[in-house]
Amino acid sequence: MKLRLWRPALTALALISLSFTAFAQAPSTAPPGPATAPAASAPAAPALSTAPVEAAAAPAAAPAAPTIDKGDTAWMIVASALVMLMTPGLAFFYGGLARSKNILSTLMMSFVALGIISIQWALWGYSVAFAADKGGFIGDPMQYAFLKDVGETPYGTQTIPHTIFMMFQMTFAIITPALISGAVVERMKFSAYCLFILLWATFVYDPLAHMVWGGGYIGATLKALDFAGGTVVHISSGVSALVLAFMLGKRKGHGSEELRPHNLPMVLTGVALLWFGWFGFNAGSELAADGVAGQAFINTHIATAAAAMSWIMIEWFKYKKPSALGFGSGAVAGLVAITPACGFVDVKGALIMGLLVSPICFAAIQMKNKLNKYDDALDVFGIHGCGGMFGAIATGLFATDKVNSAITGALGAKNGLFYGGGPHQVIIQIEAVLITIVLAVVGTLIIGKLVGLVTGGLRTSTDDEENGLDVTEHGEVGYSSDTSTVPAFAGVD
Amino acid sequence: MVRIEAIIRPSRLDEVKSALDELGVRGISVIEIKGAGKQKGYTQHYRGSEYQVNLLPKVQLIVVVRDEEQERVVEAIEGAARTGEIGDGKIFVTSVLEAIRIRTGERGDTAIS
Repeated sequence: MKLRLWRPALTALALISLSFTAFAQAPSTAPPGPATAPAASAPAAPALSTAPVEAAAAPAAAPAAPTIDKGDTAWMIVASALVMLMTPGLAFFYGGLARSKNILSTLMMSFVALGIISIQWALWGYSVAFAADKGGFIGDPMQYAFLKDVGETPYGTQTIPHTIFMMFQMTFAIITPALISGAVVERMKFSAYCLFILLWATFVYDPLAHMVWGGGYIGATLKALDFAGGTVVHISSGVSALVLAFMLGKRKGHGSEELRPHNLPMVLTGVALLWFGWFGFNAGSELAADGVAGQAFINTHIATAAAAMSWIMIEWFKYKKPSALGFGSGAVAGLVAITPACGFVDVKGALIMGLLVSPICFAAIQMKNKLNKYDDALDVFGIHGCGGMFGAIATGLFATDKVNSAITGALGAKNGLFYGGGPHQVIIQIEAVLITIVLAVVGTLIIGKLVGLVTGGLRTSTDDEENGLDVTEHGEVGYSSDTSTVPAFAGVD
Repeated sequence: MVRIEAIIRPSRLDEVKSALDELGVRGISVIEIKGAGKQKGYTQHYRGSEYQVNLLPKVQLIVVVRDEEQERVVEAIEGAARTGEIGDGKIFVTSVLEAIRIRTGERGDTAIS
């Protein structure tokens, strides 16, 4: 009964999304602001080619007019596409870790974010995150609603079209709620999940992105450093995942049945896509093709390599066998840890952060197993939550303006503890982490309760869980040879 | 007629099959199974969760032959499946009451030759 309520809502959302394309086209033909004149005089010409002409013709007339840089723009288009690929990568990473009867349901929890959040971002999400500041907490939800005024004129002092910046940020907004799914797979109702991520993106992610990057409290007032989303993406999703895992309860058979990953090659395929896409995520967060982007690129790679190695070294020592899953888990932990720091630290810092994050995440997962109080099925809190917190705090240890002069310049922050800045920045980073945790916990508790009321509980029935969510929630199975879900004599093959 | 059921190492399946082929044994059924015997299993670790795996992959091979063929078939399987290490498997022989070829309705020895 209650389950039916959300379906028309989603249909309405889809219809609105069709109509919004009409709005979105309007600003690109007549962009507001100083760049209007050249574009309007030659509306048919490609926008980018007008930029150098404008600069050469009137160097003194319009001093602060933001100009589009072709190199930056080209890189950011590619970076946005790279980050988009991370969400399918995450789907495979999680999918392989689940059991075969839940493979499609696990994949869908990531893929559906590409649907829901893309629409949400265009309708109001981007505006909440990046429009004019309202009280340090959110952006004006109306300013860029339906992507009004998001055209070729760059956002702020950027050198890329506003559309590309919006698209780049959209790919972040998509993967973050999808990260949460790892904690709730194999038992959460798909309807409840869809509604949850829609609300969570609106009331947790968008305000947080605004507070850190959109001119809100954490970035502009507190002056915490978060290059590519340690707080916004990883701590927020990791902590919310933990809360939601508590709210849902453990999977049936947790502690008695074997809940082993069903396809580790798929997990490693996911890791490969994540690692590759993360270059766009981290180096792209510079929003320009420059030296800092290059530094972020190599830091990302080196921290990831170091974390993958330190994870398998722990296993080698403890179990005498370095595992493929360990290498993959370590790589993801390294990617998470370096995310807030990648454009602020040198290679030494990246290497140390990579080596240290795996023992921390490994210990966190051991603790989960020992406590046995919650079922964070695929260790979202253990890896993204704990790795993210470590990364955010370590940014305050290793940040150096030798790598990125903006730290002590435009960002108004201080160097890290180990780079002559004293403990100041570490304390700021811890404050930013705490604010993120509070917002994630409170937001998830309220949204989780609310969604449970609408969808008649967050969990599927015990029977459905037993039979696997592929067949019960989606009416299909991933593997036709899987005798646990296919009636062997139904002629499915 | 006897039913000869051999539980062997998967890696010896090809050898056993060609040994049976040489004897002219036609119909065989092969099933992938898991089993435990004296052979020790493995410990698996997934992010620190430990799983004891003492069920190891084996192949179960079933042939039904005439009584007089029993010894030769058993010896052929034994020879082809043996490595001398723990885990080579077992052979069981049971008697079969009747055999019917579904296509023709033939019964007894003619149904299995």
